[in-house]
Amino acid sequence: MQLWEHHAVWRGLGRGQPVKLLISRQSAGNNGVFLKFLVVLTVCLAILSCQAKKSEYPPLTIAGSTSVEPFAEKLAEVFMKEHPGVLINVQGGGSSAGIYACRQGACQLGASSRELVESEKELIEIPIAWDGIAIIVHPSNPLKNLTLKELRQIFLGALKNWQDLGWGPQAIHVITREEGSGTRETFEHIVMEKKEITPGALVQDSNGSVREIVAADPYALGYISVGLVDDRVKALSIDGVAPTPENIQSKRYQLARRFLLVSRSEPTGLAKKFIDFILSPPGQRLLTLEGLVAVR
Amino acid sequence: MHKEKFIEKVLFLLALSSITSLALITVFIFMEGLPLVLHTGLRNFILSSHWAPTRGYFGILAMIISSVLVTLGAMILGVPLGLACAIVLAEFSPPRLTFILKPTLELLAGIPSVVYGFLGVIWLVPLIRVYLGGPGLSLLAASLILGIMVLPTIISISIDALVAVPDMYRQGSIALGATQWQTVQRVVLPAAHSGIITAIILGMGRAIGETMAVIMVAGNALKIPTSILDPVRTLTSNIALELGYATGLHREALFATGIVLFIIIMILNLSATLLTRRR
Repeated sequence: MQLWEHHAVWRGLGRGQPVKLLISRQSAGNNGVFLKFLVVLTVCLAILSCQAKKSEYPPLTIAGSTSVEPFAEKLAEVFMKEHPGVLINVQGGGSSAGIYACRQGACQLGASSRELVESEKELIEIPIAWDGIAIIVHPSNPLKNLTLKELRQIFLGALKNWQDLGWGPQAIHVITREEGSGTRETFEHIVMEKKEITPGALVQDSNGSVREIVAADPYALGYISVGLVDDRVKALSIDGVAPTPENIQSKRYQLARRFLLVSRSEPTGLAKKFIDFILSPPGQRLLTLEGLVAVR
Repeated sequence: MHKEKFIEKVLFLLALSSITSLALITVFIFMEGLPLVLHTGLRNFILSSHWAPTRGYFGILAMIISSVLVTLGAMILGVPLGLACAIVLAEFSPPRLTFILKPTLELLAGIPSVVYGFLGVIWLVPLIRVYLGGPGLSLLAASLILGIMVLPTIISISIDALVAVPDMYRQGSIALGATQWQTVQRVVLPAAHSGIITAIILGMGRAIGETMAVIMVAGNALKIPTSILDPVRTLTSNIALELGYATGLHREALFATGIVLFIIIMILNLSATLLTRRR
C-alpha cells in the first residue's frame, strides 16, 4: 500500500464509517465476534484503500532542506487544494541529502537552503525565496548593532558579559538551536568560521521557543529566521546593516541565504506546474506571509 | 468448545505480542546504538562531556550527570511532600477529606507533561530568573517541576504500602500507650518501609524518564552544571531534541544514549521489584 492510501484510510476513519460498523458488530456479541471483527476490519480497509483518487500526473516528490520543508509543505497544501487529485510529497533530510537524491533521480525536485557547490552546478536551480537569520535581543536592551566578530565572540563563549558591549554587568544568556538544525547550520557557516558554539549556550529546538525565551529574558540573545521576528523581540543590525527585506535580497545583510529548488533537467509536468505556482504572485505572496522575502 | 479453545489461543497470542514488542524494542535499541559505543569506545562515550555529533564527538558525561542531578533534586522535593501526603491520607485524615483529596491527587497524574512544562516556562522560570538570577531555565526549574510530577506515583504507592500494614500493629501500639504519631513513626512506617522505598524508586524512574517538561524548562545546555541555576541537558532531552535531523553516526549516538537510559531505568525497576518481593 502506498503512503497516500494510508491517509485515505485514516480520513475514512475520521468520517466515522468503519467505526459505526464495528460497534454494531460488537453489540451482536457472540463467540465468533473476534473473527467477524477482523473480517469487517479487513473489508473496511480494503474498500477505503481503493478510494484513493487517481490523478493525471504521477505524484511529485520534493526532498531536502528542513528549513525549506515547512514552506514547501504549506505551498503544496494550497496547491493540492486548488488542484484536487494531484499529490505532492514533501520530505526533509537536509539540503545535501535532497540535492543528492535529486541527482540520483530519487526525487524530481530537491530543496536546498544553501548554494550549490561547483560539482553540483549541472543541476538547474530555481530560487524560490530569500531568508535571513536575525540576531534577536529583548526590546529593553539598548544595544542596536553588533559586529560579526562580536557575534562570533559571544557564541564562542569568549564574550560573556553585557558590560563588554556597553550595558549593565549581566551575563549574556546565549541561545542556540539544536545540532542538525538548518538554521544553526547556516549560522555556523556564516558566523562561526568552523569553530564550535560554546557548550554553555542554551539550546532550544525551534525558532518559536528561541523567540519566546528572548521575549521574556532581558539578558538573552538568540537567532531566528527573520520572518518570525515580531515586536516582542528586537532584531540587531550586523556590521551596521539591518535585516530588512531589501538588505537580505541584496546580500548586504550577511546572515542571508536563498531557498532553492533544484532539478536534473528542465522541470516538466506537475513539477513545472508547482514551480510556476510558487513563482506566481499568489505563491510568492504566500511565502511573504509565511515570513520569507520574495524573489519576484 | 472448539471455539473456546480458538479464542483462548488468540488471546494468548495477543498477550504474547506485548512481551514480544518489548523484546523487539530492546533488541532494536541495542542493535542501533551498540556499534557507535564500540566505534568511539566506552570511555569516550560515557566519560567525556564533549558532545558535538556533527564533528564526531559523542561524550555524554554531562548529560548523565545532569540526569542524575535533576532526578536527585526532584526527589528532595517530591519524597518529603509525597510521603507526608501519603501518611495524612492513610493514617490521619477523616474519610471525607480522603474522599476529596485522593481523586484530586490522581488527577495530578493525568495532566500531560507538556502542560507541566508550559506552566514551568510561563510561571516558574521567570520567578527563578527574577529572584535568583541566571537564565531561569535551569537545573532548579527542572527539579521543581519533576518534583511535582512524581508526587502521584510516590503518594499512591506509599498509601498502598501504609494501608497494607495490619491494623493489629496499630492497635497493639496504641494499647501500649503510644500516641498516634508515635504509632505511625515507630510502627507503621518501619512496617511499610519496603513499599515506601519502592514508591520512591518508581518515582525516580518517572523523573529520569520524563522528557517533554524537562526540554521546556531545563535549558538544554551541554556543559556540566556548576550551580543549580545553570541550564542542563538530560539524557532524554538529548534524544528528543536531536533525533529529528540526525543521520548516520549521530543517529546511532542517540540510540546509544537510549541504551544508557534503558540500563538506568532497568536497574531502578529491578530494584523496586526485588524490594517488593522481599516483603
